[in-house]
Amino acid sequence: MSTLTATPGQTIGPFFHYALPFDGDRELVAPGTPGAVLLHGTVTDGAGAPLQDALVEIWQADPAGVVPQRTGSMRRDGHTFTGFGRSSTDITGRYTFTTLEPGSVDGGLPFFGVTVFARGLLNRLFTRAYLPLDGAEPDALLTSVGDRAGTLVVERDEHGLRFDVRLQGEGETVFLTYPGHS
Amino acid sequence: MTPQPETQAVIDAEIAATAHAYEQAGVEETQPRVDYAPYRSSLLRHPTKDPHHADPEGIELWAPCFGERDIDPLEADLTIQRGGEPQGEKMLVTGRVVDGDGRPVRRQLVEIWQANAGGRYIHKRDQHPAPLDPSFTGVGRCLTDDDGTYSFTTIKPGPYPWRNHLNAWRPAHIHFSLFGTDFTQRMITQMYFPGDPLFALDPIYQSIVDPKARERLVSTYDHDLSVPEVLMGYRWDIVLTGSHRTPLEEEDHQ
Ligand SMILES: [Fe+2]
Repeated sequence: MSTLTATPGQTIGPFFHYALPFDGDRELVAPGTPGAVLLHGTVTDGAGAPLQDALVEIWQADPAGVVPQRTGSMRRDGHTFTGFGRSSTDITGRYTFTTLEPGSVDGGLPFFGVTVFARGLLNRLFTRAYLPLDGAEPDALLTSVGDRAGTLVVERDEHGLRFDVRLQGEGETVFLTYPGHS
Repeated sequence: MTPQPETQAVIDAEIAATAHAYEQAGVEETQPRVDYAPYRSSLLRHPTKDPHHADPEGIELWAPCFGERDIDPLEADLTIQRGGEPQGEKMLVTGRVVDGDGRPVRRQLVEIWQANAGGRYIHKRDQHPAPLDPSFTGVGRCLTDDDGTYSFTTIKPGPYPWRNHLNAWRPAHIHFSLFGTDFTQRMITQMYFPGDPLFALDPIYQSIVDPKARERLVSTYDHDLSVPEVLMGYRWDIVLTGSHRTPLEEEDHQ
C-alpha cells in the first residue's frame, strides 16, 4: 500500500526531439539479426490525423520469456538484448522498432509493454501490445475489455507486426491503469 | 479569414470554471486531467474512455536497467557541454527519487531537457525569436545514486511564449523523464520554480486541478545548496507510484 502521493505527470511537450531520442533507440537488435521483426504502427488523434510529435516506448521480455535486466540500451553493443526501445513518430505519425518477439513470462500471454507520450497529451498512457493469439485463449485482461480487445493485439502484416495507437474516437486504444495510479 | 486567437481572459475563465467544479465535487485528484480543454492541443489527443484497470504481470513488474555504460557522468553538467559558459543564472537542481513507499529508486535513469536563459530551445520547431546560446544544449542525463539522489548543474531556463492563445507564456520549467523499478512507474513531468507569476495563467500547470498536487511540481530554493559566487541551489524530490513487486518475486529473479 502506497503511503506517499505520487508526483503529477505533465505533457512531454513539443521540444523533446533533441533530448530523448538516442542512436539505436528503436533497434533493440540490429536489422538482419536472426528472428528480428519490425514492430510498427501509427499514432493518431480523435480526427484520425497522425501525430508527428509522439514518443512510443516498449519494454519486453526476450524470446525465451526472460525479463532482461541488463544495462546498455543507450549505447547498444550489438549483442546484448536489453528489452527497452524508444521511437519518436515521424511526419506520418509512424513509429518503428526492430526487435525480437517476446516470449511468455511466467505462463502469461506474450506482450510488449507500451508507453505513449505526446504534445497535447497531459500524462503518459500505458497499454499492452499482445502478440497474435494464434488460437490461444484470451487472458483475464483481454477478456475483461470485451469487444475492444482487438486494440491490444498486434496484426501480422507484410512488414512484420503492426500496432496502431488511436488516442481518441473510433477504435480508441484501450489504455491501462495499474493499482496505485490515480 | 483566420480566426482571431483567443485571449488570456477566455482561458482564465475556463481554468476558473474547472477549478470551481473541482472544489464543489470534493473528490481529491493528484494527477493532471488528460481532458483539459484550456490546453487546446489536448482536445483531440485525450482518450475519452476511462483507462482500464490491469493487474501488473510479467514484464510490467520490472523496469529497464541503465548503468555506467549508458551515461557519461559529465552529462549531468549542462554548463560544460560546449566548452564555453552558457548565459544565465547558474543553478544546481538536486533531489531524491523515491517510490510510493518512500524507498529510494537506486541507479536509475533521469533525463532532463530545457530552454536556455532566454526561453529558447535548440529544437528546430521552436519559433521563439530569442537567441540560441552556442554554449548550451539544454539536455542532461544522470543515474540516481544508492540513496535515489539525482543532481544536475545547469542554468535557470527562461519563460517562453507559445501559441495556445494570444500572449500565452509558459512558466519557466525543466522537463524530467523518470523510470522506477516497475514499468508501471514510468513518467514524464515538468519541474517549476517557486513563486512564478505565470502559474495562474498556464493551462498545462493548471491541468493538475488540485492546488496541493500542483505544488508538488514546484522546486524550493535551498540556500544550503547554493555555492558562494558560483550558483544557486534548488531542491525537488520526486515520488513515483507504488512498486508492485513482492519480496518473493525479487528472490525468484535474483
Ligand atoms: Fe518546455
